[in-house]
Amino acid sequence: MKVQVRYFASLREALGAAEAVEVPEGSTLHGLREHLRQSSPRHATALGRERAVRCALDQRLCGEDALLSEGAEVAFFPPVTGG
Amino acid sequence: MAARVSIRHADFDLTAEIAALRADDGGVGAVAAFVGTVREHSGGQAIQRMELEHYPGMTEAAIEAMIDKAMVRFGIRAARVVHRVGVLEPLDQIVLVAVTSAHRGAAFQACEFLMDYLKTQAPFWKKEGTGDGARWVDARASDDAALERWGVASDNAG
Repeated sequence: MKVQVRYFASLREALGAAEAVEVPEGSTLHGLREHLRQSSPRHATALGRERAVRCALDQRLCGEDALLSEGAEVAFFPPVTGG
Repeated sequence: MAARVSIRHADFDLTAEIAALRADDGGVGAVAAFVGTVREHSGGQAIQRMELEHYPGMTEAAIEAMIDKAMVRFGIRAARVVHRVGVLEPLDQIVLVAVTSAHRGAAFQACEFLMDYLKTQAPFWKKEGTGDGARWVDARASDDAALERWGVASDNAG
């Protein structure tokens, strides 16, 4: 199934604003992040496990155990710093 | 009534915002407002500019949800959040949280609650421009602790 991945702030600078990604049915956000990490050296670095990376599914903050569905909008970004 | 949330580059006027928020509501006996501004120094370095990025759509939805929580928890009458994005300069206004309620306690508390929520749960990112170049601002654990005082778990800074 296909999901849309968006990046913000330092992750956007490293990986671009968005990309469409094909993942197996039943994938979680964790699985997607691992899949992306293997897609290029830049992804491996930017989404590395030593990095603080937060995520959202369909525009809501969530954990990496969240299940993806066809057409989902996923976002990865650093800890937020508004206000 | 005006929209509760505005994310934009344009500046805001505190007096006009409060007037709109409490217009025609005779039940209001208290107004509390917080305005965040751009400091001219950070970590001992002079700041030349501050660039704010956000996640359009999610930002508005996240802040709407925070306001819903504040309405229920504190019984406030109305709330308004304005957050600027794009390039700002030292001394510029960044964010406004304004709350109306019958009595002052709820207004003070809801205003602080909303700011504590916004700092760790709304998708904004700040990039500071200094003489040495630009750098993304690090999230602070103290902001998670501020939200946890309200009994809300937060691990944004990690």
